[in-house]
Amino acid sequence: MKTTKLIFPLVLALAATLATTGCKHKPVGVTQLPGQKPMVGENNNPPTLPNTQPINPENQPGTTPLANPDVFDNMLADRAALAAYTIHFAYDSSAIRSSEKANLASVAQQLSGDASTKLLIEGNCDERGTEEYNRSLGERRALAAREALAKLGVDPMRVETRSFGKDKPVDPGHDESGWAKNRRDDFVLLHPKPGS
Amino acid sequence: MKKNCLQLIKIFLPVFLFAAVIARGQNEITIEQNITVMGMTKPIPVSLEGFTGETLDVLKFDLYVQGFSFVTPDAAQYLISGSNAGNVQGRVTDRFAKTSLLARSYTGASLRREAHAFADDIVLAITGKKGIAQTKIAFKDEAPDGAGEIYVADFDGHNPQAVTHDGDIVAAPAWVPGRLAVYYTSYKLGNPDIFYHDLTTGQRRAIARYSGLNSSAAVSPDGTKVAMILSKGGSPNVYVCNADGTGLKKLTTTSEDSSPCWSPDGQWICFATKINARRLLAKVPAGGGGVQTLRTVGVSNPTEPDWSPDGKWIAFTSQMGEFDVCVVPASGGMVTVLVPGEDPSWAPNSRTLIYARRTTSYRYVLSLLDAPTKQVKDIARVSGSDSQPAWAR
Repeated sequence: MKTTKLIFPLVLALAATLATTGCKHKPVGVTQLPGQKPMVGENNNPPTLPNTQPINPENQPGTTPLANPDVFDNMLADRAALAAYTIHFAYDSSAIRSSEKANLASVAQQLSGDASTKLLIEGNCDERGTEEYNRSLGERRALAAREALAKLGVDPMRVETRSFGKDKPVDPGHDESGWAKNRRDDFVLLHPKPGS
Repeated sequence: MKKNCLQLIKIFLPVFLFAAVIARGQNEITIEQNITVMGMTKPIPVSLEGFTGETLDVLKFDLYVQGFSFVTPDAAQYLISGSNAGNVQGRVTDRFAKTSLLARSYTGASLRREAHAFADDIVLAITGKKGIAQTKIAFKDEAPDGAGEIYVADFDGHNPQAVTHDGDIVAAPAWVPGRLAVYYTSYKLGNPDIFYHDLTTGQRRAIARYSGLNSSAAVSPDGTKVAMILSKGGSPNVYVCNADGTGLKKLTTTSEDSSPCWSPDGQWICFATKINARRLLAKVPAGGGGVQTLRTVGVSNPTEPDWSPDGKWIAFTSQMGEFDVCVVPASGGMVTVLVPGEDPSWAPNSRTLIYARRTTSYRYVLSLLDAPTKQVKDIARVSGSDSQPAWAR
């Protein structure tokens, strides 16, 4: 009897201690989170892009500087005219192979026939290589053809370059036969728009 | 005489060899310190009790990609407990020191956001460093035909929002530090051009529309300058201009540059290039000056560098057959290959990386990598192929 009488207050005391120490672990701070605004505003994407070109082209040393892009405005693209003369490249290279020189000569000949035409060279890569690396490599390939055409007498100021990196493969294959087709320069003939 | 020479060699050769071994040993010790930091660190064991459903998923995801592992309470270094009944509330106890590190309740938002806020407080309480659970990412989402859009999302891929609706080729989004604004490449006007896009107002304008390539914008840490790749001079090179596109300056004359990034002090721009037909990483003073190459010992074909916010590391992609995400000390040296993948971007905590991982079906998914522990988790997906991630910092 005596022992139970003694134990009872002890249990009470213990419970009280537990309750107070337990209190310490209860959340004390309350963090009120602010309302969430969408990251992208409502008035997003104006339908037409402003066509700003705020910087004047400056004279910096380069291999063969490119013409101002305005020169190529108001031109109509003819993708079929030079489609047969697409040239191909070795893996990770922008060097023009001797096997491709006949096609370049044909492109040069077409351009010499009509001084009003201009040329767009599109550089492309296979999927081996990282995205922006390939965008630079594709540009190198287009620029290499432009330089080769200049040696054949084509005024480089008539030639525009555009790299698609690995974004525009002609062959979806993931093997050398597909890759070989994708490492290429396509030539697009540009005619002046009638009336411009 | 000959015999004497041989004697000398016999005596001294081992001495030289010994000296060489010692010198090499010392080198290896310093290198090893770097390796143990990246890729070989043990995760911090914690227990999670009382949480369920989405709250539990969020807490586990957020902590896992910042170097924590989950164990039973008797094996844990820190005990995390609480509830998500109505709102998220939780506490953190150091099991060995027997001290309470954190006790907090969160209100006023979805359970998901409250859980992210709690995760950040847990990371701060245990490591003393700021968590990343409430940060943002940008990336490109590409359809099979190559057309894509720029997206922004929470760091775990949730709440994705399209920034563009152009249905054209896009590339290389880059955040303005500390602001809801991005730069990116779009072929919308035909050529690859660089645009600035204010996410709050939707205003955008071209800041680089030169002939040829305009791509890979990277914003300086103070937001006032943009580095990029232009080919208007006749080859793809690194240029820098003011945030609005004015004051353009050519920085390099190497033959094939790509992917510039800034040092956190704004003094250097690191980029991938080709010198003597070899692909390597290099850096150039942001104000102009000589190009210095960066040693990446142990791997080949490095591209896509990204400088860690603490200035110590450069993450990049190596290509030796397949692609790997790697890190190297910012001064160059021995490389740590972490996981297969491409195009890493550092989180503000300088330990978690987001990168693109190619699936067996040749699509890309975005994944998070805790570089010290090599713990990896895919983020939530948008429909197409997601790549070129950029972490807002």
